[in-house]
Amino acid sequence: MADDLEPERHGAEPQHPSPTIWPFAFAGGIALLLVGIVVSMPAAVIGAAIAVVFGFLWIREATREVRVAPPEPEPEPVSELAVEEGDEPSEPDRYPRSVFLEGATLGLGALIGGIVTLPALGFMVLPAFVGQEYEPVDIGPLENFPENSYVTATFVYKKGEGRLGRRTAFIRNNGLVNEVPSMTIISSRCVHMGCPTQPQGPPGGEPTEIRTSSGPVSLQMVQASGFGCPCHGGAYDAEGNRTAGPPVRALDRYEYSIRNGSLILGTPFSVGEVEGEGAKARIKAYRLADPGQHVDGIEQIFYPYVP
Amino acid sequence: MAKSKRRQQIEALILAPLNWLEERSGLVGAVKYFLFRKVPRETNWFHTLGSATLTAFVVQLVTGVILAMYYKPSPDEAYASIQNITNELTLGWLVRGMHRWGASVFIILLFLHMGRVFLFGAYKYPRELNWLIGVILMTMALGEGLTGYLLPWDQTAYWATVVAININANAPIVGPFLGDFLRGGTEIGENTLSIFYSLHMLVIPGGLIGLITLHLYLVIRLGVTPPPWTAAAAGYEESDGRPARIGLVEPRPRGNGAMGRPPRERTGA
Repeated sequence: MADDLEPERHGAEPQHPSPTIWPFAFAGGIALLLVGIVVSMPAAVIGAAIAVVFGFLWIREATREVRVAPPEPEPEPVSELAVEEGDEPSEPDRYPRSVFLEGATLGLGALIGGIVTLPALGFMVLPAFVGQEYEPVDIGPLENFPENSYVTATFVYKKGEGRLGRRTAFIRNNGLVNEVPSMTIISSRCVHMGCPTQPQGPPGGEPTEIRTSSGPVSLQMVQASGFGCPCHGGAYDAEGNRTAGPPVRALDRYEYSIRNGSLILGTPFSVGEVEGEGAKARIKAYRLADPGQHVDGIEQIFYPYVP
Repeated sequence: MAKSKRRQQIEALILAPLNWLEERSGLVGAVKYFLFRKVPRETNWFHTLGSATLTAFVVQLVTGVILAMYYKPSPDEAYASIQNITNELTLGWLVRGMHRWGASVFIILLFLHMGRVFLFGAYKYPRELNWLIGVILMTMALGEGLTGYLLPWDQTAYWATVVAININANAPIVGPFLGDFLRGGTEIGENTLSIFYSLHMLVIPGGLIGLITLHLYLVIRLGVTPPPWTAAAAGYEESDGRPARIGLVEPRPRGNGAMGRPPRERTGA
């Protein structure tokens, strides 16, 4: 029994590649590539080049015996046959019924399998990518937001999900600019790994609960000098710029509008960096990205836009 | 002799249904082939780590199936149902405890088994494929741990999953897609829990069972590797005057080779 089970061999010796140094050099190239991506791009390019060169050498070395092994293919007997028989269709060229039936069975099976599988796969994957829009959220009257002080607002961003659908934003009224109120609205979601950041500073006054057209909103004044994340120590200043820890960009912000004296939160967006403060801040805005993803710099090529 | 006759009767009583089954299905022979196959003389307790891992996995399967009868995978009920299982239902604390701690036992045994295979050189020719399958099994087992961690639906579970999904979402190129798929959208919501539940109890276990079957098939086909300190592993039993390969286990299936079979003739080419 055991003899049947032994793998086929070309000789008494199994095919073993001889010891070689190339894998080490290849691994070194990969390591340099990965370090280079973080540290410096030229190093990454050199690492990639090393990996490609030594990977090629490795593959050449490893496949040498296999590439040499096959014997010379015999001169094609079919063509001779065809020549001898002239225009008559030779026997091997016929398309037998059994081959047709085999192909038809496999083809029909694949077709039926595809018809059944593809919609199921589509339903598995597509709902996460289609129709993911942000509804505007009514945060309540503007009078609740005194000038130059942060208010922590917790609101229902998605109805029908209970506490799961609640989000928190830090809202600061920067005063009037050209007769229009200027607001800084920062999302509490840490842009390192998505934990909830907390305002750094003492709360002011009692929390208030109000009801708006978007559901319950709780407001809490806070003297925030910045924001900090409890999970991995990410720290941000009062404009949301990173000051310490692992985050790769500034805190996300919300677009806003004012309707009938109420503050309406719009779509959130990501921020590369904020220059300046308050109403005069210059915000480098990008499409909303997941926490931890770079929105600027060379690293952004790793994070394509997902609808 | 009466006793002996009675014994014969009992044996016949046991064997008759087995023979009936064997004649119609060959299953008895298959089970015998699986259980009573030859192994190298020098097998030791380290060789039981694979079976131990399998046992831990079976425990996870059984307790998981039972837990699924009482667990409710919806954001409003998940936490309460876990509290119910742990504090109210008879023996619920035990089965949940077995599943919870058994998960760690499963992973620990898996890595010990992996270490044994590595240190014994049992990943080498002709068993490379089984190593690869084992690595896939390992990642799937870790996936079970990741998806199962969310199900208690408490603060630890929620925020750990927020972080875990965002780590996934940071993979280059595929990350943003992977993150959205795991979340079931751009934000964690009620679908996230049911997606993780489905992955945890249907998708990944199905894959694990299939790959474990393949894993075992290859073990049976290729045989058990003797420990590297044995003569068979060092290649001495086949000495033909050439030095033994240093650092390389003699690459041939050992199912029978280590059982004292006479040395094979080496044909010149």
